Amino acid sequence: MTEKQALRGGAQQKLLAFASLIVLVIGFSLASPRFFQVDNIMSILQATSVNGVLAVGVTMIIITGGIDLSIGTLMTFCAVMTGVVLTWLGMPLLLGVATGMATGALCGLISGTLVAKAKIPPFIATLGMMLILKGLSLIVTGTKPIYFNDTEGYTEISQGSLVGKLIPQFPLPNGVLILFIVAGVIAWVLGRTVLGRYTFALGSNEEAVRLSGVNTDRWKMSIYALAGAICGIAGILMSSRLNSAQPALGLGYELEAIAAVVIGGTSLSGGRGTITGTLIGALIMSVLTNGLRVLSVAPEWQTVVTGFIIIVAVYADQLRRRTAD
Amino acid sequence: MTELVRMEGIDKRFPGVHALKSVDFDLRAGEVHALMGENGAGKSTLMKILSGVYHADEGRVLIDGAEVALPTPKAAQDLGIGIIHQELALMRDLTVAQNIWIGREPRLSFGRLDEAKLNTDAAAIFEAMHIRMDPRATVGGMTIARQQMVEIAKALSYRSRVLIMDEPTAALNDAEIAELFAIIRKLKAEGVGIIYISHKMDEIKRISDRVTVMRDGAYVGTVEAADTPISKIISMMVGRELSDEIASVPDLSAAETALEVDHLSRGHELRDISFSVKCGEILGFAGLMGAGRTELARAIFGAEPADQGEIRVHGKPVQIRSPSDAVDAGIGYLSEDRKQFGLALGMDVRANIAMASLPRYADRIGRIDEPELGRIARRYIETLTIRTPGDRQELRLLSGGNQQKVVIAKWLLRDCDILIFDEPTRGIDVGAKAEIYRLMGELAASGKAIIVISSELPEVLRLSHRIAVMCEGRLTGILPGGASQEDIMALATKREGLAAE
Repeated sequence: MTEKQALRGGAQQKLLAFASLIVLVIGFSLASPRFFQVDNIMSILQATSVNGVLAVGVTMIIITGGIDLSIGTLMTFCAVMTGVVLTWLGMPLLLGVATGMATGALCGLISGTLVAKAKIPPFIATLGMMLILKGLSLIVTGTKPIYFNDTEGYTEISQGSLVGKLIPQFPLPNGVLILFIVAGVIAWVLGRTVLGRYTFALGSNEEAVRLSGVNTDRWKMSIYALAGAICGIAGILMSSRLNSAQPALGLGYELEAIAAVVIGGTSLSGGRGTITGTLIGALIMSVLTNGLRVLSVAPEWQTVVTGFIIIVAVYADQLRRRTAD
Repeated sequence: MTELVRMEGIDKRFPGVHALKSVDFDLRAGEVHALMGENGAGKSTLMKILSGVYHADEGRVLIDGAEVALPTPKAAQDLGIGIIHQELALMRDLTVAQNIWIGREPRLSFGRLDEAKLNTDAAAIFEAMHIRMDPRATVGGMTIARQQMVEIAKALSYRSRVLIMDEPTAALNDAEIAELFAIIRKLKAEGVGIIYISHKMDEIKRISDRVTVMRDGAYVGTVEAADTPISKIISMMVGRELSDEIASVPDLSAAETALEVDHLSRGHELRDISFSVKCGEILGFAGLMGAGRTELARAIFGAEPADQGEIRVHGKPVQIRSPSDAVDAGIGYLSEDRKQFGLALGMDVRANIAMASLPRYADRIGRIDEPELGRIARRYIETLTIRTPGDRQELRLLSGGNQQKVVIAKWLLRDCDILIFDEPTRGIDVGAKAEIYRLMGELAASGKAIIVISSELPEVLRLSHRIAVMCEGRLTGILPGGASQEDIMALATKREGLAAE
């Protein structure tokens, strides 16, 4: 395979996912006039924001060849800690946001340390963290939600629209804006920085990187910590949308995020993946959910269809790779 | 003694290699026939043909005087040919008996296993071998020696009359070797013919009846073990004409010492190793497979740090606990397995060259200076003549020789002035080999200290200014450049206690 063909292969992968997204959007638009309306499109985007942010975070970890099952419950735990700081302690908004992200980074750092230093397989280490964090959220809150009624502007973080203030015809919710900013920053980190280069290198051949004299443990811990901080952002978005930190929520979000990453063409064995792909993957999932709801398909069937899409997406990618080689 | 096996005119070619050149071999019932030769002499290929793994291009195999076909390992097993591989092939979590009868388990109705028969049958084999072994014990927890007994029992369970043993003592201590030899003698007495592959001269003298020597895929000769001196066997093994050039040794008396290794030890693998290399010097490491050369390199490089000993770089003691410590001290390691340990094959030439030096080409927030890296990569592509369409080419699309040059570029960019080359030309074709040799010569001339580990003696002789020889984790001697192959082989097979025998 020449260089050009290799490039074409990478582009093809994204193209395939993007084409599926377009086909879905056109299909639903034809099936129901209610689908392709500004309000509905905005609600699809809004519904993508939390899962999208989580998926962007876990994309980095998956590119290193790892996995993080704790992102869903970590997101909730971050929201709970934000609630503690804002509602219980009455601190200012910015401090609450900072606490949420710092909690995420710290928990990510713990997961990363378990994986890099204690050599616990990522699946097991983060499975443990998933349960620990779920329990901690319930313990801290006494199983009751923390409401943000006293914090002025908290719901604005996700529900408001900075863009809408500037361009009234385009009321893009802040949550979506934040998703795009996070995605843009991480895409830049992956493509342009040392951290990003080592993220791909770790997934490509960790031992070779270690034998190049690179402190692989430290980089791996940084990546898990960064992904954790992004979970913190997801937690703030989530709680802002619900105007509360719901300690019982969170479980299952990790699988939805991983599904978006996989649909987006990132390899679970590491070494390759893109943020654009992950965004498209997340959009495909929320377009499906929304479209099927608009067509009045029962929610239980939506789950079945999503499952199919994951399998078809990965199988199509396998086929493409087989023919490419 | 009756003839059990006869192999005549066996010829085998692999793409680019003439592995076996019309080789003859025979084995009698009740004898131990040693098969000797340097790494790559063709011993294993010949045995793989006898055990049905490979197929000969020409020649024939006779068992009990009748010509046989050996299309599959199963066919060879059915003819009574058993092989015990160097790497034991047992399932660690199954019991001894389950391992022996794997794929042939005695069954009851409805596909139920007859565990009782499984165990009594296994016990019967061990009884015949006069070994105490519990058939119900799990294999994983056993010593290598015990696992080997299981392998032998497994081979015997096929009613093998021919037993091929590929370096069976490589991982055994002296007591275990004695036990193994006792079993071999019992098998001999029962008329089993044993083909014994080993590098260890003293063992050959102790256990074998005849010795056949191979060299460069060709049959050299067969001698009686009892009345042939070791030196004769060694000269048969290395008797190749020395057509290859030998390194000219520069005058390094004024050169600074780059690396000193003092009393380095790790477990049983490395025992009290001391040596030094000067700037501008190429120190070759010769030895047979398993002598501990790669282990030594990995210990110096911190990939598996040593337990004891001191390493000094340019006269200063350094603590090397990880590869990043070694690289900081200016030591680079080019692994024998480039693909697994040296390169990220899915990434491009530029990224691989920069792999060890990335932070140096990034600003405060970690942003990589790609244009600069591109310029650097293209400069190395030019100076090392790396053949690639460009610096963005994925590494897996490059040939072995060019991949090796990318690894060299990686260490040069990191300013490493002590380079350890482990089998630098493995899997590299002849033309590219010469280029790698030239490059290594130039690196030394520019003042780099170079350690080269190679299993090919001509390569060691061609490159080295001095030659260190290892055997079983010990440094058995350091010879001047251009030493004779016989001297090197004598040191490479110099086991502890050999002198006493």
